[in-house]
Amino acid sequence: MDRGPDLLRPYVAIVSARFRMLLQYRAAALAGLWTQIFFGFVILSIYEAFYRSSAAEQPMTFRQIASYVWLGQALLAMLPWNADDDVRAMVRTGAVAYELCRPIDLYGLWFARAIARRTAPTVLRAVPMCLIASIGLPLLGLDEWRLAPPPALASAVAFGLALVCTLLLGCALSTLVNISMLWTIGGEGTVILMTALVTFLSGMIVPLPLFPDWAQPIVRALPFAGLVDLPFRLFTGHIGPGEVPGVLLHQLAWTLALVILGRSLLSRGLKRIVVQGG
Amino acid sequence: MPQIVVENLVKTFRVSERASGLWGAVRGLVRRRHRTVWALNGISFAIEPGELVGYIGPNGAGKSTTVKTLAGILVPDAGRCEVLGRVPWRERIAHVARIGVVFGQRTQLWWDLPVTESFELLRDIYRVPQAGYEAARDELVALLDLTPLLDTPVRQLSLGQRMRCDLAAALLHAPPILFLDEPTIGLDAVSKLAVRDFILRLNRERGTTVILTTHDMDDIEALCTRVVVIGDGRILSDGRLSELRSRVTRERWLTVDLLEPGQSIHDPDATVIRQDSHRVCLAFDPQRVSPAELIHRVTSAHAIRDLFVENPPIETIVARLYGQSLPARDTAALRIQPDRSSA
Repeated sequence: MDRGPDLLRPYVAIVSARFRMLLQYRAAALAGLWTQIFFGFVILSIYEAFYRSSAAEQPMTFRQIASYVWLGQALLAMLPWNADDDVRAMVRTGAVAYELCRPIDLYGLWFARAIARRTAPTVLRAVPMCLIASIGLPLLGLDEWRLAPPPALASAVAFGLALVCTLLLGCALSTLVNISMLWTIGGEGTVILMTALVTFLSGMIVPLPLFPDWAQPIVRALPFAGLVDLPFRLFTGHIGPGEVPGVLLHQLAWTLALVILGRSLLSRGLKRIVVQGG
Repeated sequence: MPQIVVENLVKTFRVSERASGLWGAVRGLVRRRHRTVWALNGISFAIEPGELVGYIGPNGAGKSTTVKTLAGILVPDAGRCEVLGRVPWRERIAHVARIGVVFGQRTQLWWDLPVTESFELLRDIYRVPQAGYEAARDELVALLDLTPLLDTPVRQLSLGQRMRCDLAAALLHAPPILFLDEPTIGLDAVSKLAVRDFILRLNRERGTTVILTTHDMDDIEALCTRVVVIGDGRILSDGRLSELRSRVTRERWLTVDLLEPGQSIHDPDATVIRQDSHRVCLAFDPQRVSPAELIHRVTSAHAIRDLFVENPPIETIVARLYGQSLPARDTAALRIQPDRSSA
């Protein structure tokens, strides 16, 4: 018997079941789509005013900014900016007891949940969002504002590879936030902190190349750059496809570190677990 | 050889307390008071394969803590515990593959999925081979009458339906041991009977060891040959139901339906414990007065329509057991909810 597929069978089953379940939330995805189009316009209006009022050489062109912003809006659901409400509810109500009764690794189980949660809503939103931003906007005469395709095939491939690692990195961060709920029960504080860190330091609000020079080494070294900034700059061609090994290394090293941290916190958390509600 | 061995198990929880009101909340920010609750205070028992054991006690007595320790969820502070030769929390994954667990107040099914899909997910999680899964599923579906429920999303099931599905879900991987934490809580009479009937058959026909916690004494009377009573983290009694009765009280009850309402019955060897208009309930000690003698005296003094002799209900037995061994009941009634004030 081949043990390989059987080893992964529970995790594959969980990802696929949750993925299918989350695909049912089409109305939420549609609502999210309009919100994100709105945000995309607001952010780009600010950048347009900013670029028009300044003659100085900027670290990114306006066209690169536009693609960067629309990609960010399309892939927002992939970012670990919120906690898994199911895990939060499980910890609050004590249903987490059932998770511990499963003959699988709890970290793996929560990571699998995170993968489904970070992909299903993204698939629902990213496709219409990209169509609107890349084809719809030029039709409205907003060619400057559109999501432009990558400058070369190599850039697209590099982006694809980095995006897979973005998913893994994002899931490692999500899982870490979920694990922190074993201590905080409610988890609101950790989630708010995480939302702020992720949206700001990933480049979601302000692309990282526009940060001041003194901050550049810091924001580039932090894991959050691997969530948005690095893959998006590969997409827009702001960094060349030749730099993809460095990007992947940054993402995977941080993923590994966060997985190790998460696993050790989880095993410590489980020793002191108090199942709520007796 | 016992399947489950527990020796001197100890588990404490730290409960943080704060005084009520705004001032208490403010003070709680600066200085937290902690109190240690002994959820398990030296528990020992052994369970043989095929036993059906009732585990009873008031809220907060340590029932759920014991079950969660045996299920590998909680790590105790001290003591020894082995289930099927494994220490549950040390070899959690290997251990939980061989047990089934149902927590009556929660479901293990996926809320948004139809029952069948939850079952299939469990099949994959427990890595049950397809053939074994189909055989187990078909048998459970037939025994629990689940056919009409299989395509329904779990959130649309009634509590009784959900409990039947939960029982099936816990047994798809054919575990030799089943832990049931209040499986009949909140169920109507018909559902309770269905659940009890199923547990009994599972135990008799498959030889599954069942450990059952409950507040419903009818569950105990209907199912359990052995009853473990826990209070305040200690075992107060462990043995056959009949032994528990005889240990606590020899008392029997004689219930008499009078023809004329409002009469009172006086007898030197019996005490009236309840009197409605027509019905009088007398408690007596069969070693002081034989039931035949007492019935003769009562029937010759009063016109009666009907009478019967019975054992006191198990609730009364258990209440007396607590009364004897627990002068301070307030600690026993404490629930393990550390995020709330328990004043």
